[in-house]
Amino acid sequence: MSLPGRLSNKKEYALDRFFGYVFVVSAVLVSLVIFSIIVFVAKQGLQTFGDIGFLEFHLGTDWDPPYRFGALPFILGSLGVTFLAVVLGAPLGLAGAIFMAKIAPPRVRELMRPATDLFVGIPSVVYGWVGLTILVPFVAERTGGFGFGLLVAGVLLAVMILPTVISISEDALRAVPRRLEMASYALGATRWQTIFRVLIPAALPGLVTAVILGMARAIGETMAVAMLIGNVPQIAKSLLEPTSTLTAEIILNMGQTPFGSTWNNALFYMALTLLLVSMFLIILIRFVVQRRTYDG
Amino acid sequence: MDSRRVIDGLSTVLLWAAGFFIMGLLVFFLAYILGQGLPVLSLEFILSPSKEFEAGGGVGPQLFNTFYILFLSLLFSVPVGVGAGVYLAEYARPSRLTNLIRLSTECLATVPSIVIGLFGLIILVNIMGLGFTILGGAAALALLNLPVLVRVTEESLRAVPQTYREASLALGATRWQTVRRAVLPPALLGLVTGLTLVSGRAIGEAAVLIYTAGVSVSRHFPDLNPFVAGETLSVHLWYVRAEGLRPDADEIAAGTAALLILVVLAFNLLIGVPARIYQRRLLGKH
Amino acid sequence: MANKITVRNLNLFYGDTQALREVDLDIEQQQISALIGPSGCGKSTFLRVLNRMNDLIEGVRVDGQVLLDDEDVHGPEVDVVHLRKRVGMVFQRPNPFPMSVYDNVAYGPRIHGLKNKRRLDEIVENSLRDAALWEEVHDRLFRSALGLSGGQQQRLCIARLLAVEPEVLLMDEPSSALDPISTLKIEELLQELKKNYTIVIVTHNMQQAARVSDVTAFFLNGEIVESGKTDTLFTRPKDKRTEDYITGRFG
Repeated sequence: MSLPGRLSNKKEYALDRFFGYVFVVSAVLVSLVIFSIIVFVAKQGLQTFGDIGFLEFHLGTDWDPPYRFGALPFILGSLGVTFLAVVLGAPLGLAGAIFMAKIAPPRVRELMRPATDLFVGIPSVVYGWVGLTILVPFVAERTGGFGFGLLVAGVLLAVMILPTVISISEDALRAVPRRLEMASYALGATRWQTIFRVLIPAALPGLVTAVILGMARAIGETMAVAMLIGNVPQIAKSLLEPTSTLTAEIILNMGQTPFGSTWNNALFYMALTLLLVSMFLIILIRFVVQRRTYDG
Repeated sequence: MDSRRVIDGLSTVLLWAAGFFIMGLLVFFLAYILGQGLPVLSLEFILSPSKEFEAGGGVGPQLFNTFYILFLSLLFSVPVGVGAGVYLAEYARPSRLTNLIRLSTECLATVPSIVIGLFGLIILVNIMGLGFTILGGAAALALLNLPVLVRVTEESLRAVPQTYREASLALGATRWQTVRRAVLPPALLGLVTGLTLVSGRAIGEAAVLIYTAGVSVSRHFPDLNPFVAGETLSVHLWYVRAEGLRPDADEIAAGTAALLILVVLAFNLLIGVPARIYQRRLLGKH
Repeated sequence: MANKITVRNLNLFYGDTQALREVDLDIEQQQISALIGPSGCGKSTFLRVLNRMNDLIEGVRVDGQVLLDDEDVHGPEVDVVHLRKRVGMVFQRPNPFPMSVYDNVAYGPRIHGLKNKRRLDEIVENSLRDAALWEEVHDRLFRSALGLSGGQQQRLCIARLLAVEPEVLLMDEPSSALDPISTLKIEELLQELKKNYTIVIVTHNMQQAARVSDVTAFFLNGEIVESGKTDTLFTRPKDKRTEDYITGRFG
């Protein structure tokens, strides 16, 4: 067969194979990255327990390095701000998503889309700075305290997780087939009944995913929290008392502790904890989405 | 009146309120940041070097480092991220490996940025002994960008109609020719939009950079040497507040915050708008 | 007349379900062969065997013989990419690339390594003329192809195909998404094209099959019930099922 283009095809085949390899290698590289992160951070972090007991670290309340390493205040601090952020941010974000997906007139929606992207565009240090210059003085004035603590950090984090919650849950809501809605309206349901009984249940896995991802963002957030939490290693007795979180403790002290010291290793162990929590949340999402396909 | 009508009306009011509250928050944040910062912003502030212990310093080197590190990080992450995205969208068949790669991407996307920063610290500073460098900061930042690039690439390629692939393959194109000539061009707008998203996030990132690129700047300005420490705007905003040596720290912080927002906005406009025009031409609208 | 494509004992499976059963068919050179049958009967699947587009679908298994000029298209030596250049395809819905008219037609020659601008211009013009589209688009060659009407888009897809100089044209219900006037144009075009090409067309429009084709094969449930000269098949069908189908009793 002497068709034209036969010769140049040889080159094209070589290119085709070459790029096939390039793409596989890139993809494998992404997997290698996450594995190396886990391995290296774990290797460093787990050295902590050569010097400190596992229980002492997780349940001890006294953080006074290099003597005592009770990290419970940080653990509780991280859980506390995350909880507050989700409790405040998730309902608002979900309401916003429902509004955007089903209630807002097209023009308002077209305005809100890029607006939620802008929320993402605000850097977390800038969020922290806004909190520091408005929220902290505001709270301090009202309560007579310093203003730093779970409340301000939680409120700000709630704003920061908004775009995550909104965009993912809006996608989920819009993915619900119109015919389900139509069926509900045709039975004489009001708009709210349709939203509450048809739309939300149908979009539930997506909505749960949105909230979990918001949670992941909140627990790993560092800069804004470190600027607002007060950074005192104590368990907060109220929302207004300064405390600290895993992320804040890491960012503040990583530079002042010699590499390989117990204190330094403990900070890496905190990072490992954050890493494992975030991976656990991803697996949780997979579980949620998978159950969905089971139901059909 | 029918109680379900009351509930329906009430819910409508509440959902509108939520929508407005969210928009109000955004307007408030932007107005506050720009209101505080714009009066501080001057050409001198933007271009001149910072001072350590006295008032009147600018953020020139930090602004430069911000772009320099962003550029280098994209240089590392775009080829790999786009490559992996193309693999997932165009080549991958359902298999264990594909599943593993997908899971890895999702995990990497949720790893807190501080953890990536610490990973960079172990590898670049402690094992390789580079110290805090612009190159190291860019490499660590690239890891943060990577999963987003993978996802954005995969999504924009999947949005390209299957018919383009069929048409191209039916003309005797190889897989690679099909990807490059028939699939990538219409996916470009999505890719570029994703790139602005990644860039915006990278510009604002601080936790990754503090222990990889450091909190100091070179004495020379501009300094293209990637092996010196390079504080960025975001890190500067953090550090100015944290150490508090400069008497005009408040103004510097306000100015830096406003500048950061403006840079992110400018990025969206400068890259997003031409991409949209290109897309319209592609679709035959004039 | 010589056989361009010879199919013997062809079976095709999607996973566990069998989509084609013991199909035998002779497709003659420079003739139009129509494949008819109700939806889901396997006629489109069969068409996609001929240039191995089914390879793109997960879990498809084929056995039997498909000879193109005495060479088995499933043979180990066969280069799929080259096969598809020889056996081109037009799809059900017009699928021009989001590029200019010119770039659409030049796509094929370019991927096969042609760079010469003058040669490309020539091929583009000739292909568009052969597809009876030149008069309508010569003044808008460099505007997006997506601005053309549906019928023009489909003829553009044919022009795009002609530009790679295929030997066989496979057409998968090429006018099912078009209006009657565009359909007529495509049918006229087919009569012109058959002078130089071997054409296989899938259609569920029996009038169309009767109007354009020389040979017709009737598919039902993955099998060929009957095949032969179009005139004979439509006027004196041998099989009861064929008769029922062409007289509109089912389908």
